[in-house]
Amino acid sequence: MNSSATEKVSLQPSGLKARQQRIEVVIKFALAIIAASGVLITTGVVLALVRPTIDFFQLVGFNEFFMSTDWFPLYEPPDYGVWPLVIGTFTVMLIAVIIAVPGGLAVAFFLSEYASPKVKRFLKPLLEILAGVPTVVFGFFALNFIAPNVAKKIWVFSDVGFYSALAAGITVGLMILPMMTTLAEDAMAAVPRALVDGAYALGASKREACTGVILQAGLSGIIAAGVIAMSRAIGETTIVLLAAGNTANFSFDPGVPMQTMSSFIGFAGLGDQPTGSTGYMTIFAVGSMLFVITFGLNIFSRRIVTRFREVYE
Amino acid sequence: MSSTVATNTSRFAADLRDSTSPSRKLRDKLFLTGLWVATLIGVLTLFFLVLSTLLKGYTRLNLSLITNFPSPFPEDAGIQAAIFGSIWVVVTSGVVSLFIALGSAIYLEEFASQSSRFNRLISINIQTLAGVPSIVFGILGLAFVARGWLGWGFTVGTASAVLTMMVLPVMIVSAREALKAVPSSLREGSYALGATKWQAISKQVLPAAIPGIATGSILGVSRALGESAPLILLGALAYVSSNPSGLSSDYTVLPLVIMKYTQEAQDEFRAVGAAAIIVLLLLLVSLNLLAIVIRDRSRKSW
Repeated sequence: MNSSATEKVSLQPSGLKARQQRIEVVIKFALAIIAASGVLITTGVVLALVRPTIDFFQLVGFNEFFMSTDWFPLYEPPDYGVWPLVIGTFTVMLIAVIIAVPGGLAVAFFLSEYASPKVKRFLKPLLEILAGVPTVVFGFFALNFIAPNVAKKIWVFSDVGFYSALAAGITVGLMILPMMTTLAEDAMAAVPRALVDGAYALGASKREACTGVILQAGLSGIIAAGVIAMSRAIGETTIVLLAAGNTANFSFDPGVPMQTMSSFIGFAGLGDQPTGSTGYMTIFAVGSMLFVITFGLNIFSRRIVTRFREVYE
Repeated sequence: MSSTVATNTSRFAADLRDSTSPSRKLRDKLFLTGLWVATLIGVLTLFFLVLSTLLKGYTRLNLSLITNFPSPFPEDAGIQAAIFGSIWVVVTSGVVSLFIALGSAIYLEEFASQSSRFNRLISINIQTLAGVPSIVFGILGLAFVARGWLGWGFTVGTASAVLTMMVLPVMIVSAREALKAVPSSLREGSYALGATKWQAISKQVLPAAIPGIATGSILGVSRALGESAPLILLGALAYVSSNPSGLSSDYTVLPLVIMKYTQEAQDEFRAVGAAAIIVLLLLLVSLNLLAIVIRDRSRKSW
């Protein structure tokens, strides 16, 4: 009597409940496996790079790779001095960052302190559209517009050709600008409003609130955003491949064609290198370098945020 | 003592005087001008990008562009194979990555404890993957998918697998956000009615999170649609004159066709590239509009 009363209270028959519980366990396990697949991919990236990289260095040697300044890995006889790629990567990155970091910061200041809601409603979607433009379209833009109309006009120290590190760098900078803006905006939004309003109450102008309060209080986030912008610029392939000319020049003149680490990988990939050939292994050696550098920068940017963040309230 | 007060006061007075000084006003003005210039550069970039592309490509914006296959004559060259290739690659990678992203997000948000080591490890991994340059995914695909273990060759399946890995971090993050936005009262109400965890998730949480998940996956798909770098290594730049018929077909995609025509020396071919850019941008804009419509339609406040 007593037991049948409890039976009625229970919503599901006990047999069904046990089955349901088994299903729950299976589902949880299956979902955990799916979630772990993300980890497998990362490990896969590293594994994919490590073996052929070791093979490459056994064949070529560190000395040749880091001591020579000639990079002709796909020619006969080949040269494997990586410095032209490093210089090219650095040049393109520097030009891009000079445009994207102050530019993105300025747009973020403008949006957070100056722009009226109406202007914001107009600007924000525009920046979102710009952020969604595929890199290959920017590559076309670099050759079709930036190289002849911008790069050629602003660089007076040397003759800028059709392909140049300058045109590639400018375009990469413009491509990163919206991302930098968003990241800087996020960093600025983390600054408590009371701090900014306090500055205004003391008679600060908008400029003084921006440079004296928001920039200082949000500095860790802004630096982290700048580092991420660097990492994006270093990893950009298609724009550089199209606009910088694919010549591994050992030069500091941005007006000449250059090759970056990532654009070399794309360029070598065009040639369909047979598995196991030195050309094929070179892709992996340069890819490892690229991965280590961008990975390091990303870790560094996360460190900045957690280490130096000013915690308010 | 009194001298320090005096100097402090005089400095304050100097500041005050400075605060109305023309140089301060000038610096304010210069600063604002700088901000305007930066903002204008952003807006003008988009303007010139669209305008210069239209000017170059409008002559080829006709039906033959999307119905024709590649041709040695620029006036006959079309991008049909690339459009179908893009659809194949993007749809297959979209479906697979949505499945994986949803599974991971459900596990991480609903099952795993937020402080568990496994959960933290996976979160860090997702962040790391999001920062990996896309060309590195191409290398991974070349080593493991196109050749090596899987050996699928330069096919639709290979491209799809690599793009899946690439968009996965974005998809997982947005699916997690969508699940987070579902209030816990919905779950608790379901438990109170006797539902098990999975019943609460599948019957209550997931339906409530669908708009958020849909918006996030559309954004992921549009990234896959515009991506070019990893596919350079995976044979998409080849001359393909037929539509793919399955996962093991040869393929090319819109971004890579654009790249090929951009590299051509002949101006007429570049016009085909510009026209293809317009097609790609139109596709991307309509995907984004779809995301906005879904977001606005389902705006719910709990």
